[in-house]
Amino acid sequence: MKLFEYRAKQLMEKYGIPIPRGVLAKSPADISGAEYPVAVKAQVLVGGRGKAGGIKFASTTDEARARSKEILSMTIKGEKVKSVLLEERLDVKRELYLSFVMDRSSRSILMMASADGGVEIENVPHERISMVQVPPFGYSQFMGRILKSTFGLGDDQGKQADALARSLYSMFVAEDCELAEINPLVVTSSGKVIAADSKITINDDSLFRHPEFSEDIDDLTPLEQRAKEEDIAFVQLDGNIGVIANGAGLTMATLDILTLNGGKAGVFLDLGGTDDPRKVTKALALMKDARPAVIFLNIFGGITKCDTVASGVKDAVETVGIDIPIVARIRGVNDDIAREILKGIGIESSTDLIEAARKAVRAAVS
Amino acid sequence: MAIMVDGSTKVIVQGITGHQGQFHAKSMREFGTKVVGGVTPGKGGGDVDGIPVFDTVKEAAEQTGANTTCIFVPARFARDAVFEAVNAGLGLVVVITEHIPFLDAMQFVSYAKLKGSTVIGPNCPGVTSPSFGKVGIMPSKMFAKGDVGVISRSGTLTYEIVNALSENGIGQTTCVGIGGDPIIGTNFVEALARFEEDSGTKRIVMVGEIGGTAEEEAADFIREHVTKPVYAYIAGRSAPPGKRMGHAGAIISRGRGTAESKIKALEGAGVSVAALPTDIPALVKKG
Repeated sequence: MKLFEYRAKQLMEKYGIPIPRGVLAKSPADISGAEYPVAVKAQVLVGGRGKAGGIKFASTTDEARARSKEILSMTIKGEKVKSVLLEERLDVKRELYLSFVMDRSSRSILMMASADGGVEIENVPHERISMVQVPPFGYSQFMGRILKSTFGLGDDQGKQADALARSLYSMFVAEDCELAEINPLVVTSSGKVIAADSKITINDDSLFRHPEFSEDIDDLTPLEQRAKEEDIAFVQLDGNIGVIANGAGLTMATLDILTLNGGKAGVFLDLGGTDDPRKVTKALALMKDARPAVIFLNIFGGITKCDTVASGVKDAVETVGIDIPIVARIRGVNDDIAREILKGIGIESSTDLIEAARKAVRAAVS
Repeated sequence: MAIMVDGSTKVIVQGITGHQGQFHAKSMREFGTKVVGGVTPGKGGGDVDGIPVFDTVKEAAEQTGANTTCIFVPARFARDAVFEAVNAGLGLVVVITEHIPFLDAMQFVSYAKLKGSTVIGPNCPGVTSPSFGKVGIMPSKMFAKGDVGVISRSGTLTYEIVNALSENGIGQTTCVGIGGDPIIGTNFVEALARFEEDSGTKRIVMVGEIGGTAEEEAADFIREHVTKPVYAYIAGRSAPPGKRMGHAGAIISRGRGTAESKIKALEGAGVSVAALPTDIPALVKKG
C-alpha cells in the first residue's frame, strides 16, 4: 500500500526525521497556516506529478489559493487530485537520494544512497549509487560513514545524515515498509539536512499489526474495493475476456494463452485457494459487473476443488443471473462431478486448455 | 533418488487441528508419507485420525523422530512457528501459509540459515517426491515416478505442468513449489543445485513468472554449474507493467522482471523455453 506524501511525512516526523513545515488542504479555502514562499504539491500516488504540473510555487496567500485551486482541479495520469500539501520553500543547496528497500535477491533490507538526488533513481548510473545490505541485526555506524562519503558531507551534516538514516531504518522495520524513500534529501543553505519529498510503501501482508493504516487504503474503484473485501485478486486490463482462474501463476498463464491465440483479457480474477462456493458466486457477480464479452473459467483443482467452483457457478447463474456467456475448462480434484454440475446449467466444459482458450477467443469476437 | 523428501522423511504438521492442517495431514499420509505427529499449542495429548498431537515442536520431534515439518498456522503466528521448528532442529521446514509479512519471512529464513535448516516457501504448495511422499498440499493424483526434477514459483500452474508431464509418460523425482512471495527460503538457484547433485534426476523443468530477478540469477547459475538439460516456462508474458498479478512477487516494476528479460537470459544459458505451459512435455521429449 502506497502512502500519500503527507502521510509519509507524518510518519517520518514521528520517527524524528526533519521534514519541511507544511499544511494539508482539501480545498483552496483551507490553506491558512502556510508559510511563504510556498510550494503547492498535488497529493497523488502516481509518479511524475512535477512534470504533469502538479507542483507550483506561490509567494502570497492569494497566489497560493489560485495555485491550489488549479491543482485541485487536475487529474494526473488518471488519478484525481483530492488534496494539496503547501510546504515552506526550502533554500536548497544540494539534492541527495536516500532509501531503504526490501531486496528479494539478497533476502535483506538494502540501503541505497546517491549524491545525485532530485531525479528518478532509475536514471542515476549504477556506479553513482552506494548500496549496503543492512546487517540482520539492524543499522550500524559504518553505514553513516558510507553516507557521509557518498554524499560528500562535512562532519556536522554527516552526523545529521547518519541520524536521519538511522531513524528511517527504525521506521522501515517498525512500520513494515517495503520502500521508504527520500528523494530529494535536501541540504539547505543554512546547513540543515531535510526530507523534502517522501515515498513510503507499506507491506500489505503486515496490515493486521497496523490497524491505523486502514484509513489509508489506496484509491480503489468500487469493483476493486469489493474484490479486496472478498480476498479475490482482481486486476483490470484492456481486453474483453473476463478470466477467472485459481492461483496467480495459472491466471497469468491463462492470459498468455489467450494472447497467443489472438484474444485479450479485460479483467482477471484469481480465486486463490478456497473451499467456499460462495466466494466463487461473489467472483462471478463481480465479473458480471465488469461487463466482459465472455467469461473464461480456468480451474485446476487442488486445494480449491473443482466441484466447489462448479457449485458456486451454479449458484451465481441461478441467483445472480449471469447474462454473459461462460466458457469453462476444468481439471483436477473432483473434475468429473464439476462437469456434471455445469452440464446441468447448460455449460459445456472442456479439459483441454488450448481448445477452451480458442473457444473463449471466438466467443469474444463474435 | 529424490531431493528434500525421501525414504527418511518423517513429517509433523504444525497447525494440525485446523481445517487445512487436518485435511492435508490425512492426504499426505494417504500418499504414503510418514506423518508421525502434529503440533497445536494447547491441544497436546489428543490426536487427529490417529496422528498424535503435541503442544510443542520440541516434544513432537523428540518423541517421534521427525525431521520435517509442514506449517499451516495463520500468518500472524507463522514466524513463531518457523522459529520453533528451526530451534527444534528440523532440517526441512515447508511453509504453506500465505500473506506472511516479508520482514517475518526475512527473519525466519535468516534464523534457518544460521541453524542449517532448509525453508521452502512461504506461500508455497510444498515438496513432493512421487517415490517417497509429499509434504504440502499438491493434489496426489497427478504425479508419476521418473527422472525429471520440477521447480516452480507457482502452485496451480505447477499442477498443470506436472499433470501434463505425467500424462505424457514423463515422471518426476521431486517437484518443489518454492513459493510466490518476494522473500522465500529456497530460491531457484538453491533448488537447481540440489537437482544437479541428485543422481536420480536427469532433467530439470523450471516454472517461473514475472517479477524480481530470480530467473535471471538462475540462468547465470545454470550456465556455470548445471550440466543437466533444463526446460522452462515463464508466466506473465502478457502482463502489463505496474500491475500486481496476484502473487505479491509478480509485478513488473521499474522496468525489471519482465518475461522477455527472463526468457532471453534462460535461452542464453542454453535452456529450452516453452511458449505455453502445455508445450513443456513435447520439449522434454525432444530432449
